[in-house]
Amino acid sequence: MTYRIEFDEPKCVAAGQCVMVAPDVFDQRDEDGVAIVLDETPSEDLLDEVEEAAAVCPAAALRVVRS
Amino acid sequence: MTDTILDDYPLYPSPRDLSCPFAQPENVLSTTREDAPLGKVRIWDGSTPWLVSKYADQHALLTDPRLSIDETREGYPHMTRGRSESAKHTPPLITNTDAPEHTRLRRMVNLPFTVKRIEALRPRIQSLVGELLDEMLAGPRPVDLVQAFALPVPTIVITDMLGVSYDNREDFQHASHTLVSHDATPDESAAAGAVLGGHIGAAMQAKLAEPADDVMSELAALVKAGEMSPHEALTMSTAILIAGHETSASMIGLGALALLQNPDQLDYLRSVADEPKKVAVAVEELLRYLTIVHTGVRRIASEDIEVGGTVIKAGDGVVLDVAAANWDAARFAVPERLDLARGNARTHHAFGYGAHQCLGQTLARVELQEAFRALVTRVPDLALAVPAAEVEFAFEGVAYGLRSLPVTW
Ligand code: HEM
Ligand code: SF4
Repeated sequence: MTYRIEFDEPKCVAAGQCVMVAPDVFDQRDEDGVAIVLDETPSEDLLDEVEEAAAVCPAAALRVVRS
Repeated sequence: MTDTILDDYPLYPSPRDLSCPFAQPENVLSTTREDAPLGKVRIWDGSTPWLVSKYADQHALLTDPRLSIDETREGYPHMTRGRSESAKHTPPLITNTDAPEHTRLRRMVNLPFTVKRIEALRPRIQSLVGELLDEMLAGPRPVDLVQAFALPVPTIVITDMLGVSYDNREDFQHASHTLVSHDATPDESAAAGAVLGGHIGAAMQAKLAEPADDVMSELAALVKAGEMSPHEALTMSTAILIAGHETSASMIGLGALALLQNPDQLDYLRSVADEPKKVAVAVEELLRYLTIVHTGVRRIASEDIEVGGTVIKAGDGVVLDVAAANWDAARFAVPERLDLARGNARTHHAFGYGAHQCLGQTLARVELQEAFRALVTRVPDLALAVPAAEVEFAFEGVAYGLRSLPVTW
């Protein structure tokens, strides 16, 4: 089973929670702090972190889609 | 629902039980029970907004575009009389606008608060907490931990970040306290606003003339570029100064007290002090357990919204009590227990939720992680210097805290 991250950028309020929880998968743009998804299909061992990031994202801008 | 049975609505905020001051008031907490219907409360101006206290309802509503933070709308449930007065002449800011305007404004002020920028400050914060503890340990006992440690840490950090002089700290602390107090009269609030406005205005003039490497200079640059008005830049700087020190100071003071009252948890924190991830989770649990923003975040419905069979009508005020949600047993098992290793602590609402979730949260987290880590390792025999029942709380603010915390070691 693999998964993919969907990021709804216009919603992002750049709170950085995703970067704190999953620093290998997310970063913030230098100009305005908006999130960057470094890897849209991260490895399976990062799934817990990615799910936690999606759960705490205050803007509900992150979704984990399984395939 | 009509407002005819006036006396049925409980007054809000409701006082805490002083024999257990960390616990949520029972009449609010009981509304988080699964079978409790959505209800209303009466606030200081006699109006009767809805009280949303369940975690799941808050999670849904705080990302619902039908709830607005436009405090100029008739019926908005203002925190305090001072805020209801000042709302009329506050320019559009992140604290009073909805998307898409909010998103645009927030992206302008976000930069200094990104994870990268705050992590770069961590070494400076580490040495600051170390120096303050050196000074404290070299001085007389007992000492007031609030004045010696809890208040200076965030005040020095935020004045540094903004680029305003720490020498004016007494004015900053006093005026901020007045501005967030539920008890302050409009005159007192206006006077406090003028004191802060004077200092911030002078600092802004200086940054416009000669930019430095600080947040007010970044805002000054936005003013020069025509992206922000001078009034907006001043109000935003003031908001950052106010929000930036009393909150973290309250968390450090209350957190120290909570740890002293839960010695097993204090021992646990000391035992994991070298593991940043565990310290981070411990801080999330302290944020959840204490939830210092204890009188709710406030919104107004711009359209009808159905919540569990009840309809919040367009124009109705809504108070979302984040402290109660953080003690909602449906989300946090045995919520009254401080469990520094709690798995889902990070999902708390202590910084709010949704687009307005705290701008300064990363900064607050780093301050708290470094403050508690240093406190438990550098002062391993920290103890209260008065009986716990004599510790004086300050409940009048938007965030609660301690007047003082006499400690010894
Ligand atoms: C432990 C410390 C803190 C707590 C518990 C806290 C709590 C909160 C809460 C609950 C909100 C949401 C308000 C709402 O939804 O209406 C908020 C927003 C905000 N906080 Fe904090 N805060 C803390 C520290 C800070 C710091 C250090 C700063 C600044 C450096 C700050 C600046 C702000 C600002 C500017 C907002 C408004 C954001 C917006 O509306 O988009 N806070 N905070
Ligand atoms: S947690 Fe959500 S809102 Fe915050 S930076 Fe990441 S995507 Fe954006």
